[in-house]
Amino acid sequence: MIDLCAKPIHELRDLLRRREVSSVELTRAFLTRIATVEPAIQAFVSVTGDLALEQAAAADAARSAGEDLPPLAGVPVAIKDNMCTNGVLTTCSSRILANFVPPYDATVVTRLRGQRAVFCGKTNMDEFAMGSSTENSGIKKTFNPWDPARVPGGSSGGSAAAVAAGMAAGALGSDTGGSIRQPASFCGVVGLKPTYGLVSRYGLVAFASSLDQIGPISRDVEDAALLLNAIAGHDPRDSTSAHFDPPDYTSFLQRGVRGLRIGLPKEFSGEGTDPEVQAAVAAAVRKLEELGAVTVEVELPHSPYAVATYYLCATAEASSNLARYDGVHYGFRAPADNVIEMYSRTRSQGFGEEVKRRIMLGTYALSAGYYDAFYLKSLRVRTLIRRDFDAAFEKCDVIAGPTAPTPAFRIGEKTSDPLAMYLSDIFTISVNLAGICAISVPCGFTEDNLPVGLQLIAPSFGEDRLIAAAHAYEQATEWHRRRPPV
Amino acid sequence: MTVLNYNCHERTKDPSMPAMSKYEPVIGFEVHVELCTATKIFCSCPTTFGSPPNTQVCPVCLGMPGVLPVLNRRAVEFALRTAMALNCNIPERCNFDRKNYYYPDLPKNYQISQNYACIGTGGWLDIETPAGTKRVRMNNVHLEEDAGKLIHPEDPGADYSLVDLNRAGTPLIEIVSEPDMSSAEDALAYMNTLKNLLEYLEVSDCKMQEGRLRFELNISVREAGTERLGTKVEVKNLNSMKTVLKCIEHETWRQTRLLEEGGRVMQETRLWDEAAGATRAMRSKEVANDYRYFPDPDLVEIHVTPEWRDAVRAHLPELQEAKRRRFIEEYGLPEYDARILTNSKPVASYYEAAVAAHPNPKALSNWMMTEVLRELNAREVEPADFALKPAGLAAIVRMIDEGRISGKIAKDVFAKAVESGRDPAEIVQAEGLVQVTDAGEVEKWVDEAIAENPDMVEKIRAGNTKTVQALVGQVMKKSRGKANPKIVNELIAAKLC
Repeated sequence: MIDLCAKPIHELRDLLRRREVSSVELTRAFLTRIATVEPAIQAFVSVTGDLALEQAAAADAARSAGEDLPPLAGVPVAIKDNMCTNGVLTTCSSRILANFVPPYDATVVTRLRGQRAVFCGKTNMDEFAMGSSTENSGIKKTFNPWDPARVPGGSSGGSAAAVAAGMAAGALGSDTGGSIRQPASFCGVVGLKPTYGLVSRYGLVAFASSLDQIGPISRDVEDAALLLNAIAGHDPRDSTSAHFDPPDYTSFLQRGVRGLRIGLPKEFSGEGTDPEVQAAVAAAVRKLEELGAVTVEVELPHSPYAVATYYLCATAEASSNLARYDGVHYGFRAPADNVIEMYSRTRSQGFGEEVKRRIMLGTYALSAGYYDAFYLKSLRVRTLIRRDFDAAFEKCDVIAGPTAPTPAFRIGEKTSDPLAMYLSDIFTISVNLAGICAISVPCGFTEDNLPVGLQLIAPSFGEDRLIAAAHAYEQATEWHRRRPPV
Repeated sequence: MTVLNYNCHERTKDPSMPAMSKYEPVIGFEVHVELCTATKIFCSCPTTFGSPPNTQVCPVCLGMPGVLPVLNRRAVEFALRTAMALNCNIPERCNFDRKNYYYPDLPKNYQISQNYACIGTGGWLDIETPAGTKRVRMNNVHLEEDAGKLIHPEDPGADYSLVDLNRAGTPLIEIVSEPDMSSAEDALAYMNTLKNLLEYLEVSDCKMQEGRLRFELNISVREAGTERLGTKVEVKNLNSMKTVLKCIEHETWRQTRLLEEGGRVMQETRLWDEAAGATRAMRSKEVANDYRYFPDPDLVEIHVTPEWRDAVRAHLPELQEAKRRRFIEEYGLPEYDARILTNSKPVASYYEAAVAAHPNPKALSNWMMTEVLRELNAREVEPADFALKPAGLAAIVRMIDEGRISGKIAKDVFAKAVESGRDPAEIVQAEGLVQVTDAGEVEKWVDEAIAENPDMVEKIRAGNTKTVQALVGQVMKKSRGKANPKIVNELIAAKLC
């Protein structure tokens, strides 16, 4: 049964279609695996065993009835706990939503239900997706399956750890500044941040609305394509969702990289990046060249400003998005004698330190007298960063570099230094600021047996290029077949 | 604290009244108008007034985690209509901003509004004042969502308040004028003209008692004849036009006194306290000093293409002037009638509905201008809420025209219908008020009247034609108004002249 839990979705799909395994058997295997491994990993806020078995039985029944089922039918997947699930606790890993059961589904959840996917649980994350290590969870810490002394990355650390540890066949994460790609890189799995607007944000608890995007975390690139197929596409409930008819992303798997122009930004190869990471990424680029790609040097001159820009506009939006958690309508409420006190106590006790830090930063950035100097300026720099990418993509088809400057760091290593923590997103953040897409794919291991991720970046709606290039690379290497010791 | 009773005409006409010294008020308005779209501005909940609390809500207007707004196109069109009618400049692109403040009736603790790029900018509205036509300039017209309502328990010892979010997300436009008014008369003319215009635009039912039309005042004082603006005060919680006028009087007095005593007016937001008949400063916690406006990232820019703008303009409802001209041309009404009937859109609509039911425009106009308007004013009801429906009025006039009831009976039927809401035809039927046109029956009453009034008969025979009407009156009295007056006249003439 362990074997089943280690398989990618596309193999499980084939087993299910050939009736070599039923969805209930498969789901039981995953639930058993969760029962065994979860105590050491702590990837889930909620494990939804009953729901999963019910969905599995329904999927089996539909298959027995001769229905032609979609690829995810009967496959156990995990959902990050910031995506609303009707009737299922959705906490955002925050004390302030610790009792919140939404009466509605996020659009991505509706779409997974439409595919008859099985929900094995809601995964842990940094509270409100604010963090890079999942240490900011208000519920629990998650441990890296490759080394439990290390963080799984964040904020989608629970999703990445669950997939890496075989507790879910695939997962959804959300990425505001690297929150899918960086944990994927730390946990040795694939993580894809789609173009802003490709996947509906309806029902995704907002952190920074202009940056947030839901995407897949999976064992391999083919699975990423399958998950993306399920969730991409226009949603009338999300005004910012693109009027774009997504192609079948699995159709690009075999396209290869012959003639593909890979841009190497000199800004991504500088100091501060771990030498083992640099070496792994350089080797990966050479592998892509062997496969027929060509490299060109490109410039992203404004990328040094990306982290600062991000921490202005993301926190500004967050300060407003999180204003609704006030104890009045739902969620946690601290007892108080009057409404002002209720607001103050509820928010003081309900939010964790990092969330409060960002609310204060964002409130400041939007304040009268500072708006022009901070928020407005951050919007202007965003435009410059977007133009950097536009110019670079005139010379290349995809941009390659490390996903994160280091492999997974130790638990507690950066918690007392927020700035050091913020810098772990240095290579991922500019992609969100520009609204474009990127993928992280395993590209090697350090001497300590920690995974390293290669980031490939493409222009808006260039997911086809990412999937073609990442798949070609993956298939030419064995990194994605390694399993963590857990 | 002395509060002056307000009477604008008295003040302007009575030179003996102590002038409010040398100071005059400078007045501008922020007017909130709830749009009468069927659904809310960012979700598809209905906007019906008066439903049980929290029954017209969904995750979107409740501001639950992760939900997103989707703009109601109709609300934009209503705002465009209004901006056009107020002669605003309509930019091709505008967007929504978040206005951040905490209040329990605001589920997201920010209001989606427009601050940096409004749907309409500039513009003007001409008002008729005792001193002639005055042009009030507009600053902007913008679109936003309404908040919910707090319900405070009547028990003063209660330690809670309740929140009703039915209204949260109702589309609102805010019409911001420049401070171009300098008297209560100006303010009253502005409020009436604007309300009338909004009714004609069919963007709001403007029911002030339901909070669908809300006036906020900004007011300062300055020495009459000078140009420099004083420090302004904003006043909220003004529930009727009468209150606004009282407030202008009070604030003018308060600010004038402050200045005359060597004090300063504070720039602040004040609340009207109806019981005290005065304004009071809001507690500091009630005031948000910095709304931290920024563009709402959940919504995309509104692109008002020239085609869209033209289409909205082409489909503007018939406005007052056009309706007045049409009443003259189509219904053959005198200018005077047409003007009175079109002074208010609901009255004009009532009249048109009546004419549609019985095409006698002039007779209906007479009834409107006398009986109907009198009753509406006396009862302070809107035509839509009037007990006698347009079809009922039409039925009364039809019964007169068909000779079924006399004009006098008609007045009685009207009064009964207005009082009871009963159908006029049913009243006539039930109370046996149908006019008697049978000459034989009428002749009986005529003969009795002749026999009982020999002196009148004498005079008529002597050629006194005036007395004919007196005798007719006697006959009508005998018939309890049911005799057909034409037949009565004919019979008297035949018998006595």
